[in-house]
Amino acid sequence: MKGSIFGRALLPIYTILALLFLLIPIVYTFIFSFNDAFKTNIQWQGFTWHNWTNVCDAQGVCEAFGNSIIVGVVATLAATALGTALAIALVRYKFRGRNIVSLLIFLPMATPEVVLGAGLAAQFFSLGTPKGMLTVIIAHTLFCLSFVVVTVKARVASLDASIEEAGRDLYASPGQVFWRITFPLLIPGIAAAALLSFALSFDDFIITYFNSGSMQTFPTFIYISAVRGVPPEANVIASAVFVLAIVGVTISQVVSSVRRRRLAASR
Amino acid sequence: MAFAAFADTSEKKSAEPVKKSRVVILMLLPGLAYLLLFFLAPLVSLILTSFMAPDPNSMDMGQFVYSFQWQNYVTVISENWSFFVRSFGFAILATVIALIVSYPIAYFIGVYARPWPAIQAFALILVIAPFFISFLLRTLAWKQLLGDDGWVVTTLKSASLLPADGHITGTAFSVVFGLTYNFIPFMVLPIYTSLERLDMRLLEAGRDLYASPSTTFWKVTLPLSMPGVVAGTLLTFIPASGDFVNASSSFLGGPGTQMVGNQIASNFLKILDYPAASVLSVVLMAVIMVIVSVYVRRAGTEELL
Repeated sequence: MKGSIFGRALLPIYTILALLFLLIPIVYTFIFSFNDAFKTNIQWQGFTWHNWTNVCDAQGVCEAFGNSIIVGVVATLAATALGTALAIALVRYKFRGRNIVSLLIFLPMATPEVVLGAGLAAQFFSLGTPKGMLTVIIAHTLFCLSFVVVTVKARVASLDASIEEAGRDLYASPGQVFWRITFPLLIPGIAAAALLSFALSFDDFIITYFNSGSMQTFPTFIYISAVRGVPPEANVIASAVFVLAIVGVTISQVVSSVRRRRLAASR
Repeated sequence: MAFAAFADTSEKKSAEPVKKSRVVILMLLPGLAYLLLFFLAPLVSLILTSFMAPDPNSMDMGQFVYSFQWQNYVTVISENWSFFVRSFGFAILATVIALIVSYPIAYFIGVYARPWPAIQAFALILVIAPFFISFLLRTLAWKQLLGDDGWVVTTLKSASLLPADGHITGTAFSVVFGLTYNFIPFMVLPIYTSLERLDMRLLEAGRDLYASPSTTFWKVTLPLSMPGVVAGTLLTFIPASGDFVNASSSFLGGPGTQMVGNQIASNFLKILDYPAASVLSVVLMAVIMVIVSVYVRRAGTEELL
């Protein structure tokens, strides 16, 4: 590589600074989860464990968090089931209108959330469906669905077909081939899609805001309390979720790199 | 038959699409029905709602009847065109800045740090870290950090870089700042994905042919990473132009920074003017579709769609 030492050091230094910049609000949120503040969490009032030990003290925050978990789990299950079937059908079968189906799956991802949210709200309004948990789950399943299809499709396309053929050659029925061979091989892709769905659902605000009525999820709780000040307990929940997710991602990264190294060593 | 299968498996790795079967209908039907019911039908009801007229028999707010009041489009657009200009202006600015900020990060992780996989993995975790904490709380954190009592503003004021009565929050600057910040990970990841696959031998070939580093970048690296750049800019531009959180007064915006998303939300949920909110949504969607299709065609990456 050419270039002066200064030029070569510039990119790493820039990247470190940029990544630190990305972390600033996360660190801020974490620090202010220990703020000894009542209701409004704007000025630093002193350190306390109280918010962490009494998370549910702030009115509505635990209920909103619980709602977010329920919505996330149900929408993830529904989107993963519907999306996996669509992904397999799209890769494995030829049928008329395959391009139109692909377009129909792609479009929700290219539609701004505010339009998806307003559209569903207009639909529920004209049907007379009351807004609440059900309408939020329906909305979340919709936007998770496209992401599941995209993620699982990549996995189906990279599957080695000879393994399935071997199964057929050994007189396995189509059902046995699917459930004993294809499906287990797809599990990593399906799991990744499910995790992505849950993350998208858990952090969604805009679509939820249009369809939740008086029901609150964790993001709508924050948005509504932002007018007067978000209680520090919300920072506690967000920080705890963040730590869990980061630990999970780091463990999975380490495990997969160890596995790769072992595989390379065994060759 | 079994032997025939053995004979040709050596050639093809991935399965060829099979011709139609009854199973495929069962697999497609639930998902497609869902998309028809909850994606296409809502778009249709949005269009129908955009032509609704106030109910002549009711004095209450939010009472409308189906009609073909196309004048809705004329009045709503003429009252709101400045919000559209602002939305697309903010979104384009945020996209361009996010691209400039993100490309070097993606290049570092995907190309520069290749000899050190541990550093690559660690940097990637840091890039996706913001996804794991509510974006509303992150935006609020910036509001407080950039607020009038925050150290950023007080430092700038003591250095006379900001007038004594100056603000950062509530300005167009802070809204674009917030949008840029929120979408940097969405920009870094797809660019990283295309740079990761970049064949280093192509860069060496460029050098061997006496191309300067900058020529190699503009003629080899950047064109090869275009799919990532297009995906990243779309993932930023589309949500940014419809966003209303950053521009909201309780976050980074103020009365003078409201975007189309804020207008849609307040018309739909506060003023209960459903037709106006629907007109705004339909126009927003249409303009985005036009911009995106022109952009994708000019960037020469149609296969992305």
